Amino acid sequence: MMRGWLVVVVFAGLVVMLAIGLTRDPSRVSSPLVGLPVPAFQAERLSSAEENFDSAALRGEWSLLNIWASWCTTCLEEHDLLMRLSQQLALYGINHRDTRDEAQNWLQVYGNPYRSSAFDEHGEVGIELGVYKVPETFLLDPDGVIRYKHIGALDEKAYREEILARIRGERS
Amino acid sequence: MKRITTWGFCLLFMGGACLAADEAGDERYQALLYELRCLVCQNQSLADSDAELAGDLRKRVRDLIDQDMSDKQIIEHLQARYGDFILYRPPFAWRTVALWTGPFVLLALTAWLLLRRIRRRHARASGGLSDVERERLAKVLKRGDD
Repeated sequence: MMRGWLVVVVFAGLVVMLAIGLTRDPSRVSSPLVGLPVPAFQAERLSSAEENFDSAALRGEWSLLNIWASWCTTCLEEHDLLMRLSQQLALYGINHRDTRDEAQNWLQVYGNPYRSSAFDEHGEVGIELGVYKVPETFLLDPDGVIRYKHIGALDEKAYREEILARIRGERS
Repeated sequence: MKRITTWGFCLLFMGGACLAADEAGDERYQALLYELRCLVCQNQSLADSDAELAGDLRKRVRDLIDQDMSDKQIIEHLQARYGDFILYRPPFAWRTVALWTGPFVLLALTAWLLLRRIRRRHARASGGLSDVERERLAKVLKRGDD
């Protein structure tokens, strides 16, 4: 009798574990960088090759660091939201694997929500940040520590529950 | 003429040495690529994947080999940025205990249940009596005495 129950319990445990596994989205891989200071990097600015974009500038206030590209269609989904957020939050961009002309043209056509963008032509900054799917958005606290990473287009819900809640100190 | 030949030989040998060093690097490079997973097309290694990210990461691996980093250092370099997911062989840690030991626990449990069942059936087949049967037998034998 005991033995029968043991088999049932083990089987049920296995089913529960696999069921939880099925609800997870395997294309969203959690980043080991969350909780750590943003990696140090330097790049040219998108606006001018003579100017420098330094990750050391990403502190002093809460900020969003958004990875985008002119070839990225999903980036258009979040673009309206980013335009609105740019009025309340420090928003910086990393232009990922793009050409200067096309990227600057894209900003002219759709609007530029960024205080400034780094020009990451060959995706090297992207590797430092563990970027694998554009767009991605990092939330940085005033100490320059990465507090959250969003993969894919940012939406209102994710902004409220993941980003705003952290800025307000409602969650860690 | 003689001088040219000497130089020629030197170059030839030096070239050979460079090639040999390159081959060792190439072997490490290939072996490493098969250990690392592409995060875009998740069931392909960096060696197999055509994704742009895989190309960028291959270049990074090549650069790190050229910087004389060991295999361990290179893997840690990428793991620090992309997490355990980039490894085809997940590390053994508390989070992964079920993953690594689960199949063996299930195998042991099944083997144990199977063995018990076989033994029981064997005992029955070879004339062994259960407690209930023994009691019934004793009763029958007793009746025979009357």
